[in-house]
Amino acid sequence: MATAVMTTLDPNSRSAARGMSDLTIRNLFIIPTIVFLIVFNIFPLIYSLGYSFTDFRASSPAAANFVGLQNYRELLNDPFIWSNFAITAKYVIVSVVGQVIVGFGVALLLNRDIPLKGLLTTLLLLPMMLSMAVVGLFWKLLYDPSFGIINYTLGLGSFEWLSNPDMALYAVAITDIWMWSPFVMLLSLAGLSAVPKHLYEAAAIDRAGSFYTFFRITLPLVAPILMIAIIFRTMEAFKTFDLAYILTSQPTTEVISIRLYKMAFQEWQTGRSCALAYIVLIMILAITNIYVKYLNKVKER
Amino acid sequence: MRKTMTSMLAGIGLVLACGTSVYAQDKELTIFWAEWDPANYLQELVNLYEAESGVKVTVETTPWGDFQTKAFTEFNAKGSAYDMVVGDSQWIGAASEAGHYVDLTDFFNKHNLKEVMAPATVKYYAEYPSNSGKYWSIPAEGDAVGWSYRKDWFEDPKEMEAFKAKYGYDLGVPKDWKQLRDIAEFFHRPDEKRYGVAIYTDNSYDALVMGVENAIFSFGGELGDYATYKVDGIVNSEQNVKALEAYKELYSFTPPGWAKSFFIEDNQAITENLAAMSMNYFAFFPALINEASNPNAKVTGFFANPPGPSGDQFAALGGQGISVVSYSQNQEEAMKFLEWFIKDETQKKWAELGGYTASAKVLESPEFQNATPYNKAFYETMFKVKDFWATPEYAELLIQMNQRVYPYITGNQGTAKEVLDSLAADWNATFKKYNRVK
Repeated sequence: MATAVMTTLDPNSRSAARGMSDLTIRNLFIIPTIVFLIVFNIFPLIYSLGYSFTDFRASSPAAANFVGLQNYRELLNDPFIWSNFAITAKYVIVSVVGQVIVGFGVALLLNRDIPLKGLLTTLLLLPMMLSMAVVGLFWKLLYDPSFGIINYTLGLGSFEWLSNPDMALYAVAITDIWMWSPFVMLLSLAGLSAVPKHLYEAAAIDRAGSFYTFFRITLPLVAPILMIAIIFRTMEAFKTFDLAYILTSQPTTEVISIRLYKMAFQEWQTGRSCALAYIVLIMILAITNIYVKYLNKVKER
Repeated sequence: MRKTMTSMLAGIGLVLACGTSVYAQDKELTIFWAEWDPANYLQELVNLYEAESGVKVTVETTPWGDFQTKAFTEFNAKGSAYDMVVGDSQWIGAASEAGHYVDLTDFFNKHNLKEVMAPATVKYYAEYPSNSGKYWSIPAEGDAVGWSYRKDWFEDPKEMEAFKAKYGYDLGVPKDWKQLRDIAEFFHRPDEKRYGVAIYTDNSYDALVMGVENAIFSFGGELGDYATYKVDGIVNSEQNVKALEAYKELYSFTPPGWAKSFFIEDNQAITENLAAMSMNYFAFFPALINEASNPNAKVTGFFANPPGPSGDQFAALGGQGISVVSYSQNQEEAMKFLEWFIKDETQKKWAELGGYTASAKVLESPEFQNATPYNKAFYETMFKVKDFWATPEYAELLIQMNQRVYPYITGNQGTAKEVLDSLAADWNATFKKYNRVK
């Protein structure tokens, strides 16, 4: 009876009884959030867009001069910047493809009836719970050519992973794959468990092979959720900084975010670095848009 | 009445105690420096100042990798977190032109520091622009690159005999870069996990560039004309090409995975029996004569950067001057501290604690030169040092040099001539961009 009375009461009058209307409470939560977003996200975004058209240097007392599209033009004509983008693209492809193969593969294995499945799943999730800096330092030791356990285990002698310009990017990608495959695994497991059992039963009755079952039932049904994992991981890999910065400072691992950091905080070319940040932002938006369009197509099927 | 008087006295005492505490809190100074042993020695030194003056001085440190970024972020924000900074020599142009440092010319002239401090330290740590007579820092930590070596390996009769048979001269402290190369090659034995030499290769700040400078300057080369900003024909000169080739060859005698090495790794090369010789700043040598940090302390020797093929002998300058930050709210107090810091007895104490004084008088004293196995080499080196560009664009120049030189040294990409020609083009474009040249 009491519950019925409470639910029929006007919500405003209930709050009013406590001294505050629901509108006031809502505003108390929403207004600070909006202010926070404007002050810390929107305003810097617009401000830095303005700086991207100037020759401003934060280290200099000189006023910022409007230079139009000069920063953008110079950056897009700079072969070093294109080399940084090429390194980033290579890293994103290797890292994301690796994570999808490993993560989805492990998820397929865990989707069967195996002993200690829960414990195994939890243990496999551990790498992505560690901090990037810790992972970087940890793998730096593992890769060490003199006493690293990787060379010892694989019998590679004093093979150089991080100081070899041709190998360093792959070494960083391997670390990233180790760290983030569990994320793909987790989403894949959710997708796999949602595949209706009767489809497999029907396929078994029709004597469909495992290859056919995988490509005609499992993959299409898991694809939308796998695409979401790929979108997240691509965006993250495109922005990667810490792992590459901690593990190695090779020119062959200088991804675009490291170049951006150096330009902004070591060379203090503030205006130019703002322009580069916008180029990176536009690229990420473009890639994400392509993915989202593809995701919608997959969902429609 | 007696009780009232006692209470009043207690109250006055309490007020005075609080007052003293507030007064002492007002007189606090913060010096910002990188995280290394000399910063610890400086903290010990400034504790003496606190005991004398009642002014608490804190030496705040940050790892070398963050030092420049953190300092300039604070400067650019016009922050008053630091009253003084022991900034790198190449910062002086950027920091003075941007107004981050207080002009110390009057202070410098008043105390005749041009005569009091060693000439190289005045030229590279204090004056900007070059030969302008304007000073922005007081030379604080003198430093340069030198070498340590394994005396026991060098003095082993079997090794000496084998070396003489192979190279035709006696094994000993290298007299020039040719001998340095031969000795590195001789001791390079990967099968025995022994290697020839440890050099600077880290390209994230100035390590690799400083390492290469040791070769360039001793081969008779220069990085450019610091007065006219001319680089073409200088940075890509024949001497520099040969110097870069020599440095690359030394890299082939380093331990495996040596492509990201700086002061920590170069000291480890000696402490962990990895290399016969190791390049490092003199400021890191105290750890090598300490048996607690170097099991080979008794058999570790030191020498100055050897001359090149034409007999030129120079070394890359390290070290820093101490500057007053323009945004400090305690500038007057900071100047009083500097007056104390430049006193002869303070500089003597600074050297005793392990800091590398820039005081010419202390450096020249036999007491200083005999205090450690490397002080004499340090004294000799400090009169033969050269430095990187100190213009406000130094960071861009440094990154460009790393981008060009590093792939050649560690990745075998291109030739020395191609690398230096490209570097000359990069630097020329940078100087044009900032209207240093037409």
